[in-house]
Amino acid sequence: MEKIPNQKAWLLVLPVFALVAFSAVIPLMTVVNYSVQDTFGNNKFFWNGVGWYQELLDPTTELGGRFFASLWRNLAFSAIVLSIEIPLGIVVALAMPREGWGVAFSLVVLALPLLIPWNVVGTIWQIFGRSDIGLLGWTLNRVGFDYNYVANPLDAWLTIIVMDVWHWSSLVALLCYAGLKSIPEAYYQAASIDGASRWAVFKAIQLPKMRHVLVIAALLRFMDSFMIYTEPFVVTGGGPGNSTTFISIELVKLALGQFDLGKAAAMSMVYMLIIIIVCWVFFTVMTNAGQDRTAAGGEP
Amino acid sequence: MARIDLADLAHSYTGADADPASFALKPTSMTWRQGGAYALLGPSGCGKTTLLNIISGIVRPSRGKVLFDGKDVMALTTQQRNIAQVFQFPVIYDTMTVGENLAFPLKNRGLPRAEIEARVREIAGLLDLTPHLARKASRLTADAKQKISLGRGLVRADVAAVLFDEPLTVIDPGLKWELRSKLKVLHRTLDLTMIYVTHDQTEALTFADTVVVMHDGSVVQTGTPQELFVRPAHTFVGYFIGSPGMNVLPAEVNGQQARVAGHTISLLRNYDGLPPGARVEIGIRPEFVRMAAASPELISAEIERIDDLGRSRFAWLRVGNLRMAAQVPNGSAIPNGRAGLIFEPAQIHVYADSRRVEGTA
Repeated sequence: MEKIPNQKAWLLVLPVFALVAFSAVIPLMTVVNYSVQDTFGNNKFFWNGVGWYQELLDPTTELGGRFFASLWRNLAFSAIVLSIEIPLGIVVALAMPREGWGVAFSLVVLALPLLIPWNVVGTIWQIFGRSDIGLLGWTLNRVGFDYNYVANPLDAWLTIIVMDVWHWSSLVALLCYAGLKSIPEAYYQAASIDGASRWAVFKAIQLPKMRHVLVIAALLRFMDSFMIYTEPFVVTGGGPGNSTTFISIELVKLALGQFDLGKAAAMSMVYMLIIIIVCWVFFTVMTNAGQDRTAAGGEP
Repeated sequence: MARIDLADLAHSYTGADADPASFALKPTSMTWRQGGAYALLGPSGCGKTTLLNIISGIVRPSRGKVLFDGKDVMALTTQQRNIAQVFQFPVIYDTMTVGENLAFPLKNRGLPRAEIEARVREIAGLLDLTPHLARKASRLTADAKQKISLGRGLVRADVAAVLFDEPLTVIDPGLKWELRSKLKVLHRTLDLTMIYVTHDQTEALTFADTVVVMHDGSVVQTGTPQELFVRPAHTFVGYFIGSPGMNVLPAEVNGQQARVAGHTISLLRNYDGLPPGARVEIGIRPEFVRMAAASPELISAEIERIDDLGRSRFAWLRVGNLRMAAQVPNGSAIPNGRAGLIFEPAQIHVYADSRRVEGTA
């Protein structure tokens, strides 16, 4: 067949180009622009090359030290909440009723924390944990624990982790529940005929069928916890000291507190790259893990 | 390995005190002999899957009992009943290889590894799965997956019975033949009681020594394929088995004579004892209706069309306002337009309220 040259099709993608340009490309390029310049105010900018990046990635400098400290803090936080929320979500999903009025009830109860604005979640826990008037903090102190998240870094961490688990385990549970619901009844009947134990049913049927939603849940939870800002900002404000200063909080301090636009822009770029790379690696590994295992069992 | 008795079994999905006419399974008693190959045949919604699930313990009946070798098993779970069941759609464990899938029921029962290995090899050999043993089960085609499901059902040597719930639904027609004959061979080799649920008469008749025909929640006839064909106990059996099904014509039957469409046919037996007020019909299979040249002594029929099925031809006829079919013997000419019908007297059945009446000599 003869191919008809027709360039009009470009016009049809133009709106998308315009939209993406305004929503992503132009803002991003502005950041890139800032990250390679320096300013002493008066809206005058000077070329600084990769100076900010060099400083940022060198832990011995002040900027680099702050960046790496908050990066490790943030990675630790993500690792901890993921390792709690994923298993907890699976357990909750398994324990949920499969039919009857209990389904609607537990779905609503689980969805509640997800519907609360992040700022409000922070405020709730900020008050809840206060040792003078908060129910949790006051009770813990009465029982004999010396709990004070304003003064003690460990208490601050515990508060923020418990808050995140409270806030987001529901999401994992709901996703897992959706995965579980898609398993046909015949699988359970077959498993009971095959004499499978509860554990064997979980390992042979439920976990494999939940794998895809678990990948999504883990990705969502990683990105979200790695970008966390509002809740710790409201509860601890990054303290005590710098103990709960995560990257985003550090970034806001730099950009809005000190007005160091160049440093903040460079940190933003690196921050974004880390998120993209981690997600890409994670997603590829998780999807390839399934592929490899099937390929390994291929034609002998 | 067990004889299975069903004692006055009945089930309603809406509860035991529902209207008895709405029961999914109406009171049924029967015995399945050890080592038999049975087919439960009937249209969709006739209660055959319900019956199967009651035997395996997935469904608890509203009434009645199931006995394995005379022992009441109602209190036992599916697992304790030691039943194997194969479902309509293949159920395989995605993360396991074919071999692990087959070994799964044995592993769960804690058999020694060597025994599991030997048994899996044997079943894989019988089902032609040996070359795939090390492959991931999730990568196989639908019929290979269903073979794995079958294999998991057959792998346990000591099962009381193997139940098949329309296992060949998802299989290609060509492979159906192959798998069905394979099942027959397996039945002979393994000496297991097998119960096979299907709505396909060919499947039922080729697989089973005994076919149980169900209709609207009750068993209407149990017999060999031959019996079902020659002596249908219920008009439904006559209609459901055979292609085309039996002709059922309303008739007046008096003693040894039947009056159909204004003609009198003499019967071989005497039917004086028909229940009064019953709806009386006679049934005759198309294979036993002969067409001759139209004549005043014969039932006169108008030929509507001829279906050529390759091996045989069937004429669709209209007698008055009744429709019926007749087989046209190979090589014989087809009368044009009108024909006279001769019913083979020995093959005429009399039905009162759809149930076959055995005449007296």
